[in-house]
Amino acid sequence: MSQHRTARRLAGLGGAAGATALLLALTACSTPGAGAADTPGVTDDTVTVGTHHPLTGPAAAGYSTISAATKAYFDYVNDQGGINGRTIEYLVKDDGYNPANTQTVVRELVQEDEVFAILNGLGTPTHSAVLDYLDQNAVPDLFVASGSTSWNDPETYPMTFAFNVDYVVEGAVLAQYAADEHPGAKVCVLGQDDDFGEEFLEGVELALGVGGVAEVQEYSVSNQDVSAQIGAMQAAGCEINMLATVNGFSALAIGTAAKLGWFPMWFSSSSGGDYPTLAGFLGEAAPQLLQGFVSANYLPFGPDGEWVELFRQINDDYNGGADFDGNTVYGMSVGYLFAEALAAAGDDPTREALVAALESGDLAGNGILPLGFSKTSHAAWNGAGITIVDAGVQDFVDAAYEVEGGEVSAVDPAPVPLENAGVPAA
Amino acid sequence: MSEHDTRVDAGAATSGADAATATPAVDAGSAVRPERRPRASTRRLLLTAAGLTVLAIAGTFLLDPYRNYQLALIAAYFCATAGLTLLIGLTGQLSLGHAALMAAGGYGYAITTNAATEAGIEGAARFGLGMLGAVAVSAALGLALGLAAARLRGPYLAGVTLVLVIALPAFAAVFAPVLGGDQGVRIAFDGVPEALRALIAVEQWQAWVAILVAAVCATALALVRHGRLGLRMRAGHGDETAARLAGVATGRVKVAAFAWSAVTAGAGGAVLCFVTQAVSPGAYTLAFSLLLVVAVVVGGLGSLGGAASGSAIIVLLPWAVGALTAALDLPADLGQRLNGNLAVLVFGAILIVVVAWRPAGLAGVARRAVDALARRRRPRSAAVPAGGPRPAASAPEPEASTEPEASTAPEASAPRTTEPTHIER
Repeated sequence: MSQHRTARRLAGLGGAAGATALLLALTACSTPGAGAADTPGVTDDTVTVGTHHPLTGPAAAGYSTISAATKAYFDYVNDQGGINGRTIEYLVKDDGYNPANTQTVVRELVQEDEVFAILNGLGTPTHSAVLDYLDQNAVPDLFVASGSTSWNDPETYPMTFAFNVDYVVEGAVLAQYAADEHPGAKVCVLGQDDDFGEEFLEGVELALGVGGVAEVQEYSVSNQDVSAQIGAMQAAGCEINMLATVNGFSALAIGTAAKLGWFPMWFSSSSGGDYPTLAGFLGEAAPQLLQGFVSANYLPFGPDGEWVELFRQINDDYNGGADFDGNTVYGMSVGYLFAEALAAAGDDPTREALVAALESGDLAGNGILPLGFSKTSHAAWNGAGITIVDAGVQDFVDAAYEVEGGEVSAVDPAPVPLENAGVPAA
Repeated sequence: MSEHDTRVDAGAATSGADAATATPAVDAGSAVRPERRPRASTRRLLLTAAGLTVLAIAGTFLLDPYRNYQLALIAAYFCATAGLTLLIGLTGQLSLGHAALMAAGGYGYAITTNAATEAGIEGAARFGLGMLGAVAVSAALGLALGLAAARLRGPYLAGVTLVLVIALPAFAAVFAPVLGGDQGVRIAFDGVPEALRALIAVEQWQAWVAILVAAVCATALALVRHGRLGLRMRAGHGDETAARLAGVATGRVKVAAFAWSAVTAGAGGAVLCFVTQAVSPGAYTLAFSLLLVVAVVVGGLGSLGGAASGSAIIVLLPWAVGALTAALDLPADLGQRLNGNLAVLVFGAILIVVVAWRPAGLAGVARRAVDALARRRRPRSAAVPAGGPRPAASAPEPEASTEPEASTAPEASAPRTTEPTHIER
């Protein structure tokens, strides 16, 4: 077998292929502009949306149940006849919280599955990886599951909308509550060493002034030991510890302090302040350790609320009675807000109509404060309420704050009442 | 010098490590005219490479954007697996840290590109500078690793490379101002050049760039393999003491092998960064590093074609498994659990099957098929006594050309360790 001959044959083949390629180029199937005029993901009786969530990998423990809750809510809506006669199909792809996987699965959703929109993509590093891609392809990028301020940039990313209250607002809300209820207390911050921690600190300083924070400590997700940070905070005499941490690290911080025999007050962002999740991490000691635990929240999480009652019912009927926690409420609230936007987008929803519906400012959502979407702001809410744990029950207290133009002010919570059995109508 | 090389060559051939390429006839030719052999084979190799590249680029016209994106990923992974397969197959050094080397290239590319963007440089010049940055960073890391590799072997070396991948997130966190911690570094988007904009989509352009970089990497590696360095790598791997006696500085050869392998891995990381506009530690996990090793083992150690098919498998298999679980309409929670894990399970199963049944990997299977075809065309010349023991050095045909059905019995008695190091037909 002569290699020479093989090479020549290959080279000849290559040349022929090159010529074929030029011919093919004229009728190429990947030539831009060859797409159909119809709106992707919308048929006469279905609307298909997709998302990327960590179902496996390091972040799965905290967040993998969200997409199941959203899906359960959509199943419920579909059984009620859907939105404007269309059922909602929700495709969930696992990205393992790995930005490279996010790139792949989101392209698959957009190009293969031809989804109408990306809904509630989870994670700052992961979603950052597809931000430009979704913008270039004009795919609505709705309700990103992260409190980074990156999603509220309508000039650069007109299709991207946030869902979480951003970390700056959460920091400011918690710090203002601390200043109002515990004037003169020494406030410290423990933050994740990325946007989460930085922006949260920015918010705390917005309320307290730059000199208002006694001690700032950071942790990295890759290191499961925060005793050095907690030790430094104890040494600095902190009385209120503000946490810009995910649930696992909130529990770690509280547990580590308890081991040192130190019981300061804890104020946590909503991302790391879910009582059922924390209790799961802390075990039997949870009710004592978490007594008086303060957290920001903006969704209807109060145990007696009508939304929670409905969501519990949906969780039992459509989600196999999975554990009901903050993730369940979060996932279903995302579903509700999308259903509301879809209903408002009209009988023949297009991507433009969907974005216009969101920017109109007419949507209400189901939060405890009015929704803040407009042409100039893609932040879902500009404020949050305060929840406190008492005897193992986490509920809202009568305090809420809003951040407007760099000013933090107290507002009255204005929860959206439940209507039409939780199915938005046009 | 040339006489010296010939001796090494002969040594390698008689050791049986390279029975596939260095047939006695070619060796005799090279002894008489030492200048001609490398040049002729180089031209042949370059022609093959050019042909395959044109073929791959032509292929992009047949694919839709998502397939082109997958092709770009395959090409990027191929850069890394090609270097890895050379390293493991030719020198016998196992690296579990190639993901970290890819990351080094990715960070080198991202940081250089961002600096270039700030300096107002765009387009091809920026890409070129980025690639230089990627190569510089990954080569430096590869050299450092190579220096360790020259002194370590087996599990100790694997351990060192393993540490590299595990330490990556912490390293990124410590140097967060430059490397951006867990969020990594993002770069500006590089679209299709103006002249081609009406003709091709972004994904196709990205596939072109990835294919070209992969072609350069694979060609360079093929040249290394065919050249003196490759010969010395094989000599050192076959019998280090004998190679040293023959005057091969095995330590230096190992360092060079690691450096080459690192540079191509870095180039692959740079391409990934170019395609995805970001580099972060989360993209280069230990699991990914192990997946690269799986790719080269399944493809066939030492074979560039094997590395290419292995790369295709690690890109396409998770997608195929995902499509399958979606099509099966499983209960929600079971589907959710299988979604990310089933692919890993299938990889494990494939690995076991390949190692137990076809240690030469896909490349070995293809080689057998081609040889079987060739034998059918020329039945007389390939008449190897079935089952009979044969002296390794005098056998004109590669070992893989034994009758398929006869291969199980006689090979069981012969040491199989050298089989995976076969390089090509």
